[in-house]
Amino acid sequence: MTKSSGTLSNAAQPRPRRGEAQEGPSTLRSPLATALGRGSAKEGVHHWWVQRLTSVALVPLSVWFVVSVLSLPSLDHATVTAWLGQLWTAVFLILLVLTAVWHSQLGVRVVVEDYVHGPGAKALTLALVTFFHVVVAAAGVLAILKVALGGAG
Amino acid sequence: MSERPLSPHLSVYRMYRYSLLTSITNRASGVVLSAGLILLVYWLVAIASGAAAYHAARTVLSLGALKAIYLLLLASFSYHLIAGIRHLVWDTGHGLERSQSQRSAWLVIVASILLLIGLAWWAFHSGGRAS
Repeated sequence: MTKSSGTLSNAAQPRPRRGEAQEGPSTLRSPLATALGRGSAKEGVHHWWVQRLTSVALVPLSVWFVVSVLSLPSLDHATVTAWLGQLWTAVFLILLVLTAVWHSQLGVRVVVEDYVHGPGAKALTLALVTFFHVVVAAAGVLAILKVALGGAG
Repeated sequence: MSERPLSPHLSVYRMYRYSLLTSITNRASGVVLSAGLILLVYWLVAIASGAAAYHAARTVLSLGALKAIYLLLLASFSYHLIAGIRHLVWDTGHGLERSQSQRSAWLVIVASILLLIGLAWWAFHSGGRAS
């Protein structure tokens, strides 16, 4: 508890251990603010939580996809359209595309935030990353639906 | 602004450490898989565009040079899947001790290499559909 009592001169303080950073009273935050809602954590963990949620979903979805595609007797048009024409194939494939795109967007965003420096370059790269993922999701889902609904001849 | 130290400040880390290696490989494989989404969507759109368009796309997709990319994607999938499961286990609060994480790092490396060998054999040898 005494560790973070001198917030303004933390150069002399031992580095807080992971997870301990927000513990203890701080001179710049009222004890009430520390006690209520743990700061912005409710919002702050959203990215982390969605990344985990999509990870859990992607384990079965991605394994299903790889096994299914590798199990196809051939990759000619008749075979793949017949495969995509099955209801559950289309459902799982749409879920895979959406979940993978969401997970990918969250992951690439963190990589860009870490490695692309300068506010302008960072904002531009993040915008391009977002556009890229939206296009991938839209094109992927629409293509699956078109084949599943019998529009690929 | 440019005078301030930037993070990640790579030179202060010991690059050969297993924890850093497994972490950066997870990121790199994730980025490769993100790029792989382009190929997935290209394939799906080609299927949706009809038999003639799919046939044309298939000649592009079966270019010999793309085999290296498929192999890279399979390797990234194998690694990212296994390393991701390790992360999910960590999130439950288990396996965080240094000795445990050192052991699981090796487990991830060995398991993902075995998975890659299996998948690559399946994709390229039994039937050779990817070619």
